[in-house]
Amino acid sequence: MRIEKNQLESARTGGEKLVATPGQTIGPFFGYASGYENVHIPFRDGQHLVNPASPKAVRLTGTIYDGSGAPIPDAMIEIWQADENGQIPQETGSLVRDGWTFTGWGRATADNVGTYTFSTVNPGATEEGKAPFIHVVVFARGLMNKLHTRIYLPEDTAALEKDALLSSVEADRRQTLIAEREADGTLRFDIHLQGEKETVFLQFPGIEYPVHD
Amino acid sequence: MSNDITENTGPVVEDDETFDNSHVLDPAATQDSQETISAEIKGIHDSASGETQPRVNFPPYRSSLLRHPTKDMHHTDPETIELWSPAFGHRDVHTLESDLTVQGNGEPLGERMVVRGRVLDGDGRAVRNQLVEIWQANASGRYVHKRDQHPAPLDPNFTGVGRTITDDKGFYEFTTIKPAPYPWKNHHNAWRPAHIHFSLFGTDFTQRMITQMYFPGDPLFSLDPIYQSITDQKARDRLVATYDHNVSTHEWNTGYYWDIVLTGSNRTWMEDEHDAH
Repeated sequence: MRIEKNQLESARTGGEKLVATPGQTIGPFFGYASGYENVHIPFRDGQHLVNPASPKAVRLTGTIYDGSGAPIPDAMIEIWQADENGQIPQETGSLVRDGWTFTGWGRATADNVGTYTFSTVNPGATEEGKAPFIHVVVFARGLMNKLHTRIYLPEDTAALEKDALLSSVEADRRQTLIAEREADGTLRFDIHLQGEKETVFLQFPGIEYPVHD
Repeated sequence: MSNDITENTGPVVEDDETFDNSHVLDPAATQDSQETISAEIKGIHDSASGETQPRVNFPPYRSSLLRHPTKDMHHTDPETIELWSPAFGHRDVHTLESDLTVQGNGEPLGERMVVRGRVLDGDGRAVRNQLVEIWQANASGRYVHKRDQHPAPLDPNFTGVGRTITDDKGFYEFTTIKPAPYPWKNHHNAWRPAHIHFSLFGTDFTQRMITQMYFPGDPLFSLDPIYQSITDQKARDRLVATYDHNVSTHEWNTGYYWDIVLTGSNRTWMEDEHDAH
């Protein structure tokens, strides 16, 4: 596929938009055992947005399930979030972490029992009174295209109450978007790709999910 | 002490790394014939039209059955963090990481090739300074992965993983080895067309995507339920690179060209960002 000059000019001057390239499944072979170079899809410390030993580190963990309730061991999860003050990071260095710079982005793979774990911070509200959330994208073998969702922090119930997205979700599914806080500060957020407890997945303008549209 | 003894009994060969029986087909996973799968694909295609993305529910791809949402997707506009993407730069990626043929101590086997193209958004804007990652099988159709049991040789000089940062015009370029097709267990005698996995970021995180690039004229296209999960031929063609003799170089590599279009950006662009193109 090559985008021709006239197509490009037209799209740039307000004419016909370019149609997005289709997604495809991540497949089973995106990560391999150690012993090779540092260039990996799951890269070293990808899941550590902050050092787990840092006093401000929060564990974000959960399990990814399929429609039969079985955990999915070959999924890859990415998160993207504001820092603890609600600032949106624009620092480079996610792939080669220096241990000090908060880049806001992380990548984790599910382990053999379908569990992912990040070390991060609680995101702050990006504006006064706004419910803080972590954005998530899910990839897996068997999953033909990416799925987006949000992990809301459970604490600010007033902000959750008036959040536009949560308010537009059916009451009985709203809880699938809100993490549980455990006694040690851990955020727990399970992801169900299908079934009774199916997570609410988000469709943003410009992408098609045929049949679901 | 007992731990030491366990650790010193020599290399432990795990079940999923054993190749003894890997040529014996798993009857449960391979009972359906290609004819069955092809008929299912045709049935779905006959009642579809104009779709631009794959179906997440595509039964001929058996692994999709329990791994697709069945409830409605929730339509929403991006907010705050979703209108931005993480920043990547040359701090993250070394220039050599875009050349998959120099990662070992010698030349990898196979056809040396370059793939080049642009990352664009729906408005035709170049996606600049963004991360592009690839991974692929080697020239024998084998991945460096403990779950890949296909008894084709690994290449000590090829890991099949690379990454780069797009330039100011949105161009990426990788030097690699042309991957081979390989068998998988979706059905009896199932073969994936040769492909390279691509992972992409845009200017908004909503544009994040992972896809596969294919090679022109692959005879396996019509048989492959992953490629055919995109029901429209025009949309499928968007995943196929073109052979480009201008990307080939004299006595060194063959060349392919492939542009990638992300969904539209939802950000309000500053005039100077726009003019820069």
